[in-house]
Order: sequence, then C-alpha cells, then structure tokens
Amino acid sequence: MLGLTIREVSLALREGRISPTELCRKCLNRIKKTQHLNAYITVTEELALKQAREAETRLLQGAPKGPLDGIPFAVKDNFCTENIKTTCASRMLKDYHPPYNATVVQKLFDQGAVLMGKTNMDEFAMGAGSTDGAFGPVRNPWSYAAPYREQTGAAADSDWVVTGGSSGGSAAAVAALTSFLSLGSDTGGSTRNPGALCGVVALKPTYGLLSRHGLIPLVNSMDVPGIMTRSVSDAAIVLDILQGLDIRDSTTIPAPASSLTELPEGFDVKNICVGIPKEYHAPGLSEETLAQWSRIVDMFEKAGARVEQVSLPHTQHSIVCYHVLCHAEVASNMARFDGLEYGHRSAVDSSTEAMYASTRHEGFNDVVRGRILSGNYFLLKQNYEHYFIKAQKVRRLIADDFKRVFNSGVDVLLTPTTLADAACYSEFTQEDNRTRSAQEDVFTQPVNMAGLPAVSVPTALSRRGLPIGLQLIGPALHDKKLLSVAHWIEQRVGFPSICEYGDSGETRNDTGMTKREQTSAV
Amino acid sequence: MCSFCNHTSTCEGFNSLIVPYKLAPQQLVGVVGLEIHAQINSNTKLFSGSSVRFSAPPNSLVSFFDASLPGTLPVLNKRCVEAAVMTGLALNCSINRKSLFDRKHYFYADLPSGYQITQQRQPIAVDGTLTYSLLGGKKRSQVIRKTVNIKQIQLEQDSGKSLHDDLRSQTLIDLNRAGVGLMELVMEPDMSCGEEAAAAVRELQLILQALGTCQGNMSEGQMRVDANVSVHKPGEPLGIRAEVKNINSVRCLARAIDYEIQRQIEVLQRGQTVQNETRAYDSKSGETIPMRDKEGLQDYRFMPEPNLPPLIVYEDNASLPTGIDARQAVVVQKIREGLPELPGVKRDRLVQTYGILPEHSFTLVNEDGLVEYFEAVLKVTKKEPRKVIGWVTNELLGHLKEKDMSVSHSPISPSALAELLELQETGHISSSAAKQVFQEMWRSPGKPASQIIQEQDLGLVSDAARLHSICQKVVDSHPNEVHAIRNGNKKVLNKLMGLVQKETKGRADPVLVMAILQEKTS
Repeated sequence: MLGLTIREVSLALREGRISPTELCRKCLNRIKKTQHLNAYITVTEELALKQAREAETRLLQGAPKGPLDGIPFAVKDNFCTENIKTTCASRMLKDYHPPYNATVVQKLFDQGAVLMGKTNMDEFAMGAGSTDGAFGPVRNPWSYAAPYREQTGAAADSDWVVTGGSSGGSAAAVAALTSFLSLGSDTGGSTRNPGALCGVVALKPTYGLLSRHGLIPLVNSMDVPGIMTRSVSDAAIVLDILQGLDIRDSTTIPAPASSLTELPEGFDVKNICVGIPKEYHAPGLSEETLAQWSRIVDMFEKAGARVEQVSLPHTQHSIVCYHVLCHAEVASNMARFDGLEYGHRSAVDSSTEAMYASTRHEGFNDVVRGRILSGNYFLLKQNYEHYFIKAQKVRRLIADDFKRVFNSGVDVLLTPTTLADAACYSEFTQEDNRTRSAQEDVFTQPVNMAGLPAVSVPTALSRRGLPIGLQLIGPALHDKKLLSVAHWIEQRVGFPSICEYGDSGETRNDTGMTKREQTSAV
Repeated sequence: MCSFCNHTSTCEGFNSLIVPYKLAPQQLVGVVGLEIHAQINSNTKLFSGSSVRFSAPPNSLVSFFDASLPGTLPVLNKRCVEAAVMTGLALNCSINRKSLFDRKHYFYADLPSGYQITQQRQPIAVDGTLTYSLLGGKKRSQVIRKTVNIKQIQLEQDSGKSLHDDLRSQTLIDLNRAGVGLMELVMEPDMSCGEEAAAAVRELQLILQALGTCQGNMSEGQMRVDANVSVHKPGEPLGIRAEVKNINSVRCLARAIDYEIQRQIEVLQRGQTVQNETRAYDSKSGETIPMRDKEGLQDYRFMPEPNLPPLIVYEDNASLPTGIDARQAVVVQKIREGLPELPGVKRDRLVQTYGILPEHSFTLVNEDGLVEYFEAVLKVTKKEPRKVIGWVTNELLGHLKEKDMSVSHSPISPSALAELLELQETGHISSSAAKQVFQEMWRSPGKPASQIIQEQDLGLVSDAARLHSICQKVVDSHPNEVHAIRNGNKKVLNKLMGLVQKETKGRADPVLVMAILQEKTS
C-alpha cells in the first residue's frame, strides 16, 4: 500500500480498501522503521492522526476535499508551519515555532492532506548533500536496498550514500515510502538533485508559479517550492493544487489559463523537438549517466521526436555567477537573525553588538557564516559593480540563451540532473561544501538563474544499484507540457520502486526483479 | 511673531547670528541642503497590513512582516504610492513610470530585518522644485519668493524605536513605527541660512497637509528634517559638509543651521578644517554636538529588493495595458486631477480676490482652517474684506493662540462673527464696543451679538436730545478748548469728542457727536 502513487492510494481511500487513519499509522510505523535515515527533524504524529481522523470522517460521508484528502505528506523544514517547529536545520531556529503556515502548506492542509512531519536538510538549504545540517546527515534509502547491498557488498552501517541536497530529507521521505509527496525548495537544484539521487520525481516549477510566502528564503530571486512524488502524474496533481497567484507574494503569477488538469494519456512525442545542450557534456559526467542520457535520446528519436543539438554558450559561467548572487542574497536574508525577535539568543549581553556577534556565531554553521562573509564582500560599494552587477549581467545572458533556444522551435531540453549517482558519505565529505555545491548544482542552477521549469525523472539504477535521473527543462509556464514529456519517459523506463526490494515489507504483485535487468544502466 | 515658523514668541538668536558673517571680510556664506523624512498619512504600513497610529501601546501594531519573521514578504501599499506620486506632482517632479526598491543594510536593534527597503537606484519622483516665500523688508511686509530644487522623492520604510534604559543598561524596542511608509525628500543645497531652510520646510509642511499625504507634525516625528550644512566663498567649490540631526521643530531648524554655519565659519577662521560628520542639535543649549554612534564610514551594501517587482505607474487610463485592472493601478492623470489648491496659489488668490495684504495671506494660510473661516465670514457680511481680515487675524487668531486652540474649535462661528461685524458696519455699535462684544461672545459660546449688546446696553447712543445734553455739558466745562476752536484750532474738536465718548463709554455715534460739537462751538 505504501508504494502506491497518490492517484492509486487516493482511489483505495475512496473505495474503502484502506482508511486514512490506517494509512497514516502505516506511514508513522514506516517512519519509525526508517529512523536511521534521519529524514525527519520533527514527526508530527499527533497532528497527523488528528488530520487523518478528520479526513476519514469526510471520506465516510462521501465528501472528500479532493484527490489529496487523507494523503500523508512531508514538508522540508524551511517551510513555516503554524505552531510546529521549523528549524531550517540550524541551531539558530532549533526551537522556533512560526505563528503561520506557508501558503503551499496551507493549500495542502486545505485539501485534507495529512502532515507526517518536517524533513531534514542542509542548514538554511545551503548545501548539495544534506550533510550540513545541525541535526546530522540524511541517509539515502537506496543505501539499504538490495541492489546497492548486493552490488557493493557494503556493510549496513558504513558506506551509506548521501541523498543529495539540500532537500535530502524530503527526497528520502518519498523514496522510503513514509510519505506520498513532499515539499522541497529549489534554489540551484535543491529539489532536483536529491530527487535524482533518491529516485523520485522532482519538479522545480516556473519561478513565481508557486508562492514563496512562508518559505524561509535562501535566494529570493531563485527560490521556488519544489514538488517530490513517486510518479509524474502525482507531481501534476500537486502542481495543480499549489500553483497560482498569492497576494502575500508579489512575485507570483497566475497559473496559465490553458493549464491541463490531467496529463494526456498517450502523449505523442512525434510533434516535439528535444534539444540537447552540448555544454552539458561537462567534465566529471559519469559514464553511466551519459549512457542514460543517450538511451533516452535514442528513445525519443525512435518515437519520431526531433532531437537537436543546441548551444547554451553562457552555461559555463553560470555556476560562478550563481554563487555570487546566492551569497549576496544570503548575506542580506540572514541579517534578520540577530537573536532579538526570535531564534537563538546568545547569553553574551555586554552590548547589543556583542550579543549580535555571538548569537550569529553560535547559531550558524561554517557554511552559512562563510556565505554571509563573502556575500557582504560582493555587496561592498567598491565590489558591487565588479561582482554583483557583473553576475546579474551574465544571469541575463544565461536566460537569453534559453530564450533563444526555445524560440528556435525547441520544446524541451534534455540533460542529466547530476554528474553521477550518489556518493558515499565518507567520500562526499572529503570535499568542502562549496566544492560540492559547485559540482552538484552544475546542471541544475542555470534553470534557476532563468526562472524556468524543470523536472528530474529517475530513469535507471546504476551499476552500484543507485538511482540515476535525467532533467527536462521547458520554457517558462510550460510546466504541464514538461510533465507530459516526463510522463512519456517515465512510462518507458520502468524505474523500480524501492518496495520491490522487500525493504518495505510489502511488495507489489505486478513487478519483480526482472524489471531491474530491463532498466539497469549501460 | 515670527513670520514663518508660526511661533508667537520672537525668534531672537538667528537674526543676530546672520549679521556678523554676512559682513565678514572673507565673505564666507552658508550652504544648506535638506533631507526630509515625511511619514505617509495612510491607514496601514508601506509593506504590511498593520495599522499606523501615533502613541499606541508599544508593539501593538506589529505584523509578522514588521517583526521580520522569516518567510514573510513585502506587499506594497497602493495608498503610499499614490501619496508619493501626489506629493511629487505638487512639487513639480517628474514621476518615474518605473521605479525600483533596494535594500539598505545596517544592524540596529529597531531595524528587525537588518535592512531598510528604500529606493536608492530609481526613486518614484525626481527633479522637482519647491517655491517658498520669505517676508522681508523694513516691516517684514515685502514678499521675497525663492525656489529650492528637489532632487528626488523616494519611498522607504520607517524603523522602530529604541528606548535606552541606562539605569538597567538595557534597550527596549517598540516596533509600532517599523515599516510605516516614509517619503524621503532630498532638497538640493540651494539655501543659505536657517531662515530660508525654515521657510522652505514650513511651506513643504503646508503643501503636504493640503495634499493630506503627511500630517507634518515635527514634534510627533511625522516630519523629520536633517540639514546638510557647509560654508564657502561664493564662486568657489562647496565646503566640507556636516549633517545636523535631531531637529524637532521649524524654529529649531533655523537655529541649528545658523549655529552650525557660524560654528564652521569660526572653525575655518581659526585655520582648522570642518569635519565631515553627523552632529546632533541640542535644543537646550542651542548648539550642535558630534554624534558618537555615527562615527566611521558605513557601507550600506545596497542590493535590489528581490521580493518586489518594479513599481510601474501609468500616465492615464488609455496607457493601461490590457489585463490590468484600473482600480489596482496607480494612474498619474487621475491623481493630478485630484490635486487640491496649493498654499502658494491660495495666497495669490486671497490677495487678488479680497485685496488683503500679502502678509495677511500668509497668516491665513498658515493656520489650518483659517482661510475657510475667513471666506465663510465674507459670505454673510457686506463688510469689506480688508476690514474683516483684522478681526480674523488679530482678534480671533489671537484668542485661539492664547488658548492653544485650533480654528475648528473656535467658540465663535463664522456666522456669529459676521453678525457682529454687520452690526458694527450698519452703525449699531462702535468699533470699541464691538471688541467688547467679541470678548463676551468668546466667553459665552452661542450667545448672539445682538443679545449681548442689548443685555449690556452697548448699542450706539444716537438719541439726539441726549447727545445734545452731554455735548452741552462738555462744552460748558471746557471754555478754554471752545475758545481755541473758535480761534480756528479745529483739532481740539477731537479732544472734546473724546470726552463725550468717555462720558458714553464709547457708545456715542461719532458722526452725530461731531456735528453737534461743531454746531455748539461755531
């Protein structure tokens, strides 16, 4: 039951095959069983059961609120939840209880969805591994599934692999079957990256389509709430519910009027043009990921799609400019954490300035402090023109690159999501956060610079038994079309669910190990 | 009474200060520019829905955004934009069709987010002028018109208030004011002394009050004026300037500036150099002193505000793009049409229409509601405006000032005063009796003049027989005077007239008395 998609479990709830309370209990049990993953910072057991009972009443009365009524979900711990601890995985906010719900969370509540808990992440979403939070690293559920164990002969408690980040907890929650959907945030790839490494569908919608009200910001001009599910059509259901204008966020835009409510079955790729950006053949791209990329390209060609190599010439400068803009906004956004109104306050109180300094020193980790320092440096009067303005100019060029390609008739771009499958924790932490962020976000952050929609779809397990994902990028506001193409891929790659490997204690009847042969890489 | 700062006490001090340096051989003169923060008169704050109110209980008008709770976003208040546009139009500014918001960073306890949202790069209005007038000449009755250039008007947030408790060495923060909309007006250094600056500020105050965009009360901090003061020899480059803060009345402004000009001249005369610094005005000592916490160079690390799209205003309804609701948009033409009569125009109209002296027009316009009062009196009396003006600006205003009352609280209504003036005009009472009646009307609100005249027997004595008898008595008892008159010294008649009036307590009809006296002394 836990391995079902939203669509399937929603039907099961309506048909009375399972009650919301039972479903909720199963998820809570599963959360306990997978506690070692460290996917959740807070599990909202009591609230979840209460919400499940309410959903049950509605379902029994035959009046569910919508497709998400009674469906368990998880939320990254940088979305504000009323009276529920929201920490951003930082000592700074370790006891912070916001007095309001983020718009996207409220919309899910309004649909009757059941909150299981708040998920782990890199501190203030600064990272690409979910290894740099105050509550410890998140472990990739695939580290404990048979394929990885068998292929690598890894010991159970060492050699586990990272989830990617920064929304690693949200990805792990969906991949480990403890929630049917989760919210992440995506600033430079923070939803797509862990989505790819954990084998879930990860949608980064068009900038402005989803409200950021209540999302504790990393980079306001790039942040979007991300959607993680186990199927593309589930992501479409959630997108429908979350998108649209919010008066509390002046950067939101209305959902396109022509937005499909359902993804079309039997979508024909014959009429589409798939662009392959040559700059994404980046150094460090693994052989296996490249093979997956080629495999899907072949698939498109065989199905009659037009596949074209395209150029996004400014891509190579993107990551550097992304870091300048990111750090500058971080320096600004983090200024509010001074210990006065909320959050951690240092015991040092010899002067207001001394209190600020020690509060911020004690509250933030090295990564956050480092970005604040460099961001402030970029914003200094003497540096502003040279760094910030220049980075903004390059940002414009990057956006123009995409615009030009899409105006030339390309419908979607197909790229890898990450350079390779997930790294072992021990190996990942050999390099510092900055290096890892630069490596991990290389394919994902240009999309944020341009505000475009992108989705990562899992396509296969690697030789190590770990998921590999590919990324589709579309023009602004073509989120649904993008999902239609992703759906087409999904139907053809047959990516396995983790429950097929017995880890959940439940196995789907219609799948078996044969599928892995069919989908294994290279 | 000081003509511009509206205080009845004399502004000694700065007049005497101006004289010495104007005559000084090195010809150093002052140069004054102003930065004015005007609190926008609106129901709610610039970016949040909290109410705006002076002297509410501390921290009772604070929204989540005002307290900078993480995840909250600014939502621009349309009323504040319209107020700034209206002010810009009244000050002959060009209104930028597109303006931008920026973050200005600094740490201060009453600035919760660590930055102020302002308009550094592209403000809402630029390049305006303010025309103001000084009364000059021997009797201060000559109107001298001057113009100061307005560099820009920018929208920005107010900060909260810090209250330092030195005894317990703690700082208390009140965020009621945090986020209130401000218009920062920057006046170019086109003024040369305190009197000019004060006259310009007083005129601005009147304009803002006429527009209703700012209440303009300096003591309540609704209008805060900082002065940039330097001295130089005309024709030479401007000198190093000092910024003078903590000025909380128009009168203090004049004194602070003149003190500072004199101080800088003395510094230069001693062969020292003026420091570029911030100084505070101490109203008790009348001196400016360096502000310690403003020492050192601040780098505000300006950055574009990423959560607010560019602010667009439209010229007229025709220029509204499709899909934009006219009720949501700020339309300059509509605001221009709604501009009220501005003080300068009003004064010219009063002088031209009613033939009153320019200085009277200043007095009328300076006092809120006095023009309306004056015009209401004129509507119901045949008395000439030039004869009415004295009653309004001397009798009425004098009484109001004495009791510190506003025109709207006058116990004597315009129609009641008109009745009194009508009785005088038609010869029912003498002018001295009219003043007595006025006193009584002030003491007994609502009691008509006619009733007072009757009760106190103040009516003009025009009983010829009675006047004949009184005149006879006076003539009989003053043979010497009568002799003088008969010898041709007609002036002595006035003395006899005075004696008759004394006898009748000023109630005798002067025309009649004069005729009788002439007859009796001929």
